[in-house]
Amino acid sequence: MTNRIDTRFTELRTAGRPGLITFVTAGDPDPSLTVEVLHALVRHGADLVELGMPFSDPMADGPVIQQANERALAKHVGLTHVLDSVRSFRAADAQTPIVLMGYLNPIERFGFERFADAAAQAGADGLLLVDCPIEESVSYEPTLKTVGLEQIFLLAPTTPPERRQRIAAKARGFIYYVSFKGITGAGHLQHASAIAALDELRGLSEVPIAVGFGIRDAASAVALGAHAEAIVIGSALVETIANARDAAEVNSLVASFLAPIRDALHAVKRL
Amino acid sequence: MQADNHGATERVDYDAYPDARGHFGPYGGSFVAETLMAPLAELAAAYAFYRNDPEFIAELARDRKHYVGRPTPIYHCERLSREVGGAQILLKREDLNHTGAHKINNTVGQGLLARRMGKRRIIAETGAGQHGVASATIAARLGLECVVYMGAVDIERQAINVFRMKLLGATVVPVQSGSKTLKDALNEALRDWVTNVDNTFYMIGTVAGPHPYPMMVRDFNAIVGQEARAQMLDEYAKLPDAVVACVGGGSNAIGIFHHFLNDAGVAIYGVEAAGEGIETGRHAASLSAGVPGVLHGNRTYLIADADGQIIETHSVSAGLDYPGVGPEHAFLKDTGRAHYVGITDDEALAAFHKLARSEGILAALESSHAVAYGIKLAARLPKDQHVLINLSGRGDKDVNTIARIEGITL
Repeated sequence: MTNRIDTRFTELRTAGRPGLITFVTAGDPDPSLTVEVLHALVRHGADLVELGMPFSDPMADGPVIQQANERALAKHVGLTHVLDSVRSFRAADAQTPIVLMGYLNPIERFGFERFADAAAQAGADGLLLVDCPIEESVSYEPTLKTVGLEQIFLLAPTTPPERRQRIAAKARGFIYYVSFKGITGAGHLQHASAIAALDELRGLSEVPIAVGFGIRDAASAVALGAHAEAIVIGSALVETIANARDAAEVNSLVASFLAPIRDALHAVKRL
Repeated sequence: MQADNHGATERVDYDAYPDARGHFGPYGGSFVAETLMAPLAELAAAYAFYRNDPEFIAELARDRKHYVGRPTPIYHCERLSREVGGAQILLKREDLNHTGAHKINNTVGQGLLARRMGKRRIIAETGAGQHGVASATIAARLGLECVVYMGAVDIERQAINVFRMKLLGATVVPVQSGSKTLKDALNEALRDWVTNVDNTFYMIGTVAGPHPYPMMVRDFNAIVGQEARAQMLDEYAKLPDAVVACVGGGSNAIGIFHHFLNDAGVAIYGVEAAGEGIETGRHAASLSAGVPGVLHGNRTYLIADADGQIIETHSVSAGLDYPGVGPEHAFLKDTGRAHYVGITDDEALAAFHKLARSEGILAALESSHAVAYGIKLAARLPKDQHVLINLSGRGDKDVNTIARIEGITL
């Protein structure tokens, strides 16, 4: 079976527009709302959803996502909740790809093979391990291949050309280009340098490139979206839904936040 | 791998570790986000070059002698040994270094490296504040900007060291995330580094973090064991029968262990903080009570809950209050070359007083853990044996803590 991520990017290419990828943390603002949040995101324009797996020490994340992790952990959200949420979401949505994103330690504690197998069974399509660069991922690759989860790698402004090639050679699903040197949600995205970097990455790989970090509204989404196959929006979204109390509120907050971004991206014509 | 009390039966060449990517057996490595991979490679390359550069080596040797105050002596605790009634107790006096602890052995080396790499800004994490002070000291001397991340909880516990850092011109940033202690300070320093990689040198204070830090910090601290080994042969015409050091992240311990690892006749003991007792769950004994996992850029033993979330540790000594441990210690535990044992808060405090009264030395609470185990060990060994304890720091910084615990108002 073709992976949903590949199918989705093929559709986006046909449509000739950049995709909208959203990131939220599982269990935030409340475990009872995780699945509702995912459905609301798709309803209002997400082409692919990334679901963050809470960790006590998210060293690559800024304050907004750190606090989302802390809120989720205070409600004892673990990988079981993540897997249950994926399964429940998948029962009602057979198309939208799900990428699980997080740090290694909780997964290793759960058991890497056991987790990978359960995630694939539940209906996840990809896995992004923030603290696992290509060198260290070698030991996980056979497992992911066996269960059919695509491993999503990061590529950064600091990544030298020779290393880009090595990452591209391993890449599956999509490559996540980190738009600036910094942590998630930081405010120093410079459109010009990020665009120049994205243009330089063209032709690096057959695998599509999504760009994230610092994209927080329709303007930044369009600016970078015109130069990538998808944009990722995380911290600004997490902040938007942080105080939602029920499904109705989640839906209206997501709608008013995401709709303008979706509409702007749908108007972008990629070459 | 099988091992007995006096070294691996299947002989391991400990000088061969880590491998080129920073692995000590299954431990260590570089578990960081992609943005830091190139800066780490740049650091590893610079270190690989300068560690063999005669000018760097000469400058480091000069600074160790004239600024740090090395070599530090080995001191024979005659009264204490007599009281204990067993093996002779010797102290490697790292408390006599400039700034009062072994931490400067590392920062003096990393400082020279930072300058050669053209970095004008130093960042550091600190728990008890000793590494923060040692970093601020070196930054002041080299004329570099210095920013120290410190958990908000630790800032309250260690007010004197916070003030010392400020006197030295450093900016101390309170960390409010997570448990607001050392582990969170490390996260925050990594976040700063990823944001300011171009002009910033991250001075990690222990043998943890991603490659090349565990190796580099070990190498800079290994002067302790190198001196101690030569001093033992020179002054006692033998090697010690046992070497004892406290282990939080493990930098002073690796420092004194390193040059003895291939001496199979030297027993090696790392002393972790058992806090209120391992069985209470309120401790910081990652090796004795933790499980392997990934944190702060390396694979090692960690204190985490059943979901793999890192949990708060406890020790009377802020410098040992860390839920991980250097990956080389994890490796030495598994090979059996080193033994890791626990000492409780109460035992450490008792040893603090015993050393003060018998030898006139106020040891840091961290080092008091090593003293406590050294005394226990010496008591069951014959008088002609020698137990060498790394007295990693002096206790002046801890007098307020001790007074508070004992209900004394200063």
